[in-house]
Amino acid sequence: MAKGRVQLHGVMKSFGAVDVIKGVDLEIAPGELTVFVGPSGCGKSTLLRLVSGLELPTGGSIMIGDRDVTLVHPSERGIAMVFQSYALYPHMSVAENMGFGLKIAGLPKNLIKEKVARAAEILQLTPLLDRKPRALSGGQRQRVAIGRCIVREPEVFLFDEPLSNLDAALRGQMRVEIARLHAKLGATMIYVTHDQVEAMTLATRIVVLNAGRVEQIGAPIELYRHPANLFVAGFIGSPRMNFMDGLVDGAEADSVSVRLNGATLRLPRHNADVRPGAKVTVGIRPEHFRVGPGVDAGDDQAVEFDSVIDLVERLGGETLAHLRMPSLSDGVLVVKMSGDIALRIGTGLRVGVRLAQCHLFDAQGRAVGEPGSRAAVAA
Amino acid sequence: MNLIGTARRDAAWMGRVNALIRYGVLIGVGLIMLYPLFWMVAASFKPNHEIFGSVNLWPKDPTLDGVVKGWRTGTEYSFATYLLNSFMFIIPKVVLTVVSSVLVAYGFARFRMPGKQLWFALMVATILLPKSVLLIPQYLMFRELGWLDTYLPLYIPCAFATDGFFVFMVVQFLRGIPPDMEEAAVIDGCNSLQVLWHVVVPVIMPAIISIALFQFMWSLNDFLYPLIYLSSVGKYPVALALKMAIDVTEATAWNQVLAMSTIALLPSLIVFFLAQRYFVEGITSGSVKG
Ligand SMILES: Nc1ncnc2c1ncn2[C@@H]1O[C@H](COP(=O)(O)OP(=O)(O)O)[C@@H](O)[C@H]1O
Ligand SMILES: [Mg+2]
Repeated sequence: MAKGRVQLHGVMKSFGAVDVIKGVDLEIAPGELTVFVGPSGCGKSTLLRLVSGLELPTGGSIMIGDRDVTLVHPSERGIAMVFQSYALYPHMSVAENMGFGLKIAGLPKNLIKEKVARAAEILQLTPLLDRKPRALSGGQRQRVAIGRCIVREPEVFLFDEPLSNLDAALRGQMRVEIARLHAKLGATMIYVTHDQVEAMTLATRIVVLNAGRVEQIGAPIELYRHPANLFVAGFIGSPRMNFMDGLVDGAEADSVSVRLNGATLRLPRHNADVRPGAKVTVGIRPEHFRVGPGVDAGDDQAVEFDSVIDLVERLGGETLAHLRMPSLSDGVLVVKMSGDIALRIGTGLRVGVRLAQCHLFDAQGRAVGEPGSRAAVAA
Repeated sequence: MNLIGTARRDAAWMGRVNALIRYGVLIGVGLIMLYPLFWMVAASFKPNHEIFGSVNLWPKDPTLDGVVKGWRTGTEYSFATYLLNSFMFIIPKVVLTVVSSVLVAYGFARFRMPGKQLWFALMVATILLPKSVLLIPQYLMFRELGWLDTYLPLYIPCAFATDGFFVFMVVQFLRGIPPDMEEAAVIDGCNSLQVLWHVVVPVIMPAIISIALFQFMWSLNDFLYPLIYLSSVGKYPVALALKMAIDVTEATAWNQVLAMSTIALLPSLIVFFLAQRYFVEGITSGSVKG
């Protein structure tokens, strides 16, 4: 039962002298919705195109199901792809667009019609079957592009930033539709996006890519709670994690002491491999701060900082405060509070955070040690 | 309020005067440019002595004499033969040009090949090559092949995308079209030729129609190549037949020549108006996108 499984072994791709994919190992289980996420230009599309067969790797191998498809023609890999630009055939009607692959494969007309009708039913495209793509809205074109994939009944669906040409409202709606489609079809899907919110909401598993390498693979919440390095910590979560420079004071079996902003933090860590005096980065998510005078007074599992309010963004449902504080690598610290809170710019604010919610990274950017206790972090 | 109203009326009036001047000038220049054409059509229906004897555009005593006699021509063949002869090589020429230019352009625009830049530059360079440079070597070559006095030398070269301009035009057109559609077709199971036929050709149809039109009109007007390669009068195309009508006798029957010229214009005009929509679209979208 390996149908729909995708495996990449040491996949590499260079364009001329430029190495775009620098060795990717990956296994995608059948039925998973895996999202490749990363900044623009990191090689997400290239990696997807390698899976599709539109590009051939310069090293490594690719398996779909039980077959080695490294050099197999795209149409014989059991994949279907939705392009960012939809890539519909402008001179064909919706029905012809969706049935084109089957027509090329030489299926009889009535069978094609039946399959197209069924896919159109799923995507609510039935009334539009005779229209040309130019007479459709962006969202409808998107659905036709997806319909073209469904009709081919592929083992693996590939999506390359399918929502980036839609406006914000439609994007949210289509995101839900894709999630629903995945639940309904149960097929393996690989979805490329640069938008970490899309990644978090859609994925069963996220692959974070950066400069042609995999930074981390895991379930969305896993990446959020336990980023393996500074890059993932900064990329997943919005607003992004705050980073502060610190120095290691000492390390014990179950904790690491870090000097930061005049205070010493005893962060719970198992078997951390750090030396006293080493430079480290402490990361705290904006939503993990607690605000108010004496928030965590007397709690030795927490730490507090004094700061000055630099800027306030009130979104109604939540409020973002930008705080100034010495010894910040970013210059400002962003704190997220739920609800609409009136804050005065220029006034002082005391914020606290639980030590178990502080992330710690060494000078190379890797997460230090096992976090103290997962239960504590989750709290 | 009143002031604004007056100003607005003044502006409207100025606008109308402006338009009047603009269109007046345009129409005037247009008439000057088209006058020889009108004169030619009108003169077809004049008796020969009236053509140079009167400045009037409109025939004083209209007659079909020129058309009828011109159609019969001074030779043993009627004008219909010459028209047909023209189509004998123009149709294969247009078809071969379109097929070969599109194939070669598709190759240049979409495929990786060693030395592509160099080949493309060479092809563009052939556009700049004066045609007359090739006349003698080509003539000798076709003589060796025994193709003289046939239509083959007139259209066979077109099977090899020798009209660099057309290739260049389609390449530019294709460069303006993202390749995603073609990639989608590859995933849908097409090989390269199927991609070309099912996806690329319909998308670049405006460019294809432009090529066909240009080639049609240029070939119909071509005088030099038929003159070089055709020696039997029975194989002459329209352009040569017209020339013949001028110099067979000392006293040229100008009304016959002009009547035949008018008829010779018709195929181009008909084809042009049939394809006008695509033609105009093809030229502009090709240049804008390229
Ligand atoms: N066909 C190509 N030829 C040369 N360079 C390419 C090609 N395709 C992609 N690249 C380069 O590879 C890098 C990654 O591209 P891509 O995979 O499209 O990034 P992403 O989708 O993550 O934004 C970019 O720097 C891009 O310029
Ligand atoms: Mg991309």
